[in-house]
Amino acid sequence: MKVNTMAEMMASGTMPEYLFWVGCAGSFDQRAQKITKAFSLILDKVGISYAILGKEEACTGDPARRAGNEFLFQMMAYQNIQVMNAYGVKKIITTCPHCFNTIKNEYPELGGNYEVIHHTTLLQSLINEGKIILKEGGAFKGKKISYHDSCYLGRANNIYEAPRKVLEILDAELIEMKRCRSNGLCCGAGGAQMFKEEEPGTTRINIERAEEAVATGAQIIASACPFCNTMLTDGIKNKEKENEMAVLDIAELIAESMA
Amino acid sequence: MEMLAPLIFLALLATAGFLFYKKASLIKKTILLGKSEIQYEQPAHRWKQVLLLAFGQKKMFKNPLVAFLHLIIYAGFIIINVEVLEIVIDGITGKHRVFLPYIGSFYTYFINVFEILAFGVTVVCVIFLVRRNVLYIKRLSSNDLAGWPKTDANLILVVEIVLMSLFFLMNGADQALQNLQVAHYAPTGSFIVSSMLVPSLSQLSADTLLLIERSAWWLHIIGILAFLNYLPYSKHLHIILAFPSAYFSSLEPAGKMKNMPSVQNEVLYAVDPSKAPTDATPPATFGAKDIFDLNWKSLMEAYSCTECGRCSAACPATTTGKLLSPRKIMMATRDRLEEVAQNINKNTNFIDDQKTLLHNYISVEELRACTTCNACVEACPVSLSPLDIIMELRRSLIMEESNAPSEWNNTFSNIENNFAPWKFSPEDRENWAKEI
Ligand code: SF4
Ligand code: SF4
Repeated sequence: MKVNTMAEMMASGTMPEYLFWVGCAGSFDQRAQKITKAFSLILDKVGISYAILGKEEACTGDPARRAGNEFLFQMMAYQNIQVMNAYGVKKIITTCPHCFNTIKNEYPELGGNYEVIHHTTLLQSLINEGKIILKEGGAFKGKKISYHDSCYLGRANNIYEAPRKVLEILDAELIEMKRCRSNGLCCGAGGAQMFKEEEPGTTRINIERAEEAVATGAQIIASACPFCNTMLTDGIKNKEKENEMAVLDIAELIAESMA
Repeated sequence: MEMLAPLIFLALLATAGFLFYKKASLIKKTILLGKSEIQYEQPAHRWKQVLLLAFGQKKMFKNPLVAFLHLIIYAGFIIINVEVLEIVIDGITGKHRVFLPYIGSFYTYFINVFEILAFGVTVVCVIFLVRRNVLYIKRLSSNDLAGWPKTDANLILVVEIVLMSLFFLMNGADQALQNLQVAHYAPTGSFIVSSMLVPSLSQLSADTLLLIERSAWWLHIIGILAFLNYLPYSKHLHIILAFPSAYFSSLEPAGKMKNMPSVQNEVLYAVDPSKAPTDATPPATFGAKDIFDLNWKSLMEAYSCTECGRCSAACPATTTGKLLSPRKIMMATRDRLEEVAQNINKNTNFIDDQKTLLHNYISVEELRACTTCNACVEACPVSLSPLDIIMELRRSLIMEESNAPSEWNNTFSNIENNFAPWKFSPEDRENWAKEI
């Protein structure tokens, strides 16, 4: 399977329907790369025309802005918007809620106007259109799955239903954690916390969340954000439950179940 | 005395009104010390927020029982004000129950509604006192409230109970006087709650009853006027400011951070100097170091905060024992505002007191613990945003003081040089694609 870059597409005189914005975690983090690969496999199978920016993609600036470094954010935003506008990008899909939020909500007033779609929303519409067909007796049938709301998808952008609707087709048992949807507990990574040591406290946020996840008795924690994924995986390891439960992105669950 | 009473009453009313006006003006002036980067667009949508959040208390209903109890106090408070209107007219004109002759039997009906509400308010106030002082509900007994805020909360509840009791006593004594056919006390019919006091009150002489009725009447109205003047010093100010706060609450997706056009332009001019106007002056400050640098919406929100702690109960930092508590952010901002207000009141213009909101009231450790998860904003019944204040202070920390943990400095330089927060070569960004 070949993943095209915008530059390659441009050279061959075509334009993809979507730009797949991979994000830094999806590009470099070993665990998140698996999510990226799973999602591009789905796109490929369904026959969606897409391309990535490849080397021309740069951090959206989300962690810099939220740490307080507006200069760096503006620099990154400027650079990315220049690149995307030069390609005439119209629609963007991304597997990262932070990139999603920044490009969708914060780039427009800086001159970057695109239709931005999170992968869970795209998956939901592909399912509705009957374009995603699952294997008979899929691997997750009857399994207990609990979905962890990402702050930047949920509270920040009011996307609560799409990921849950996608999970429904797995024919699994969906259980909610004690704090879910708009009350969902953060994984601890947002606001550039991912990139520094947590401030002193009585426990870590990801451990507290992992405890709630463990309490559901689910075998799978479904995530929709590469950072949540890392934080929860660490939390579950800390609770020594890594053999009983796995943290998987919704794209991975679907990719593995597709016919 | 007959002649004098309306005069005394008028004097009281005028004094209370004047004092309230003075304090309210000072608060308004203090709030307007903030910057005016406020959004006013979509008024229809904004009025809807007022209806839903302030009148409708939509977010309170996340916990239906507490919402119901709070609704009783709130409805009681608003509706009983109609009765206060009569009391004020009585006071000014020297009449007694001035509405009675006009609406006849409806009068009994109205007072009964007020009495049922007043009874409800009393019961709920007792329940709320128990929640705070006996059951120690976590968010109501946390350290944030140590000292004055705790007293403030209890005081409000006790005063409401006293005011309601005076209302019943006044009505009860009135009915006892009616039974004795004392002049001035026209028959009103029996009132549903206060009639229960009549049997015991009837043991007393007409003179004693008169004394009780008049004292309860005066204490009741003095209590209300005093309460009015207490509001601006208390978390109870939310009963007024919740309305404008709901009106101005953000209509944008919660994840969107406020843009800084000044920085946007600086960057633009740096990459493309031809775009820079010749008279471009860089902004004086970045982010907020003190209340003057916040926008007035945040300042108004600090005065609207009811210190309920729903934000902190939802905050991942607070619940995992970090120093940060979004409620404390609001309270600290208000404390600083009050200090600045006193300063201005004393010196006409603000005289530098070598203090700032950042550092003196809110510490670096608190600011650094925030995950920008928006749980506080979501949880707040009035949709206040502690997060806005946190972010503005963080901006000042980084851009004014270069005060960042070393890991963040590494992250910044990675982003700047490698275009990713980690130290990977930008050349490797698409390597994953070759592995499928
Ligand atoms: S946004 Fe910050 S202050 Fe608000 S709840 Fe989340 S971590 Fe706490
Ligand atoms: S900010 Fe809102 S939720 Fe937090 S204490 Fe104040 S009123 Fe309550």
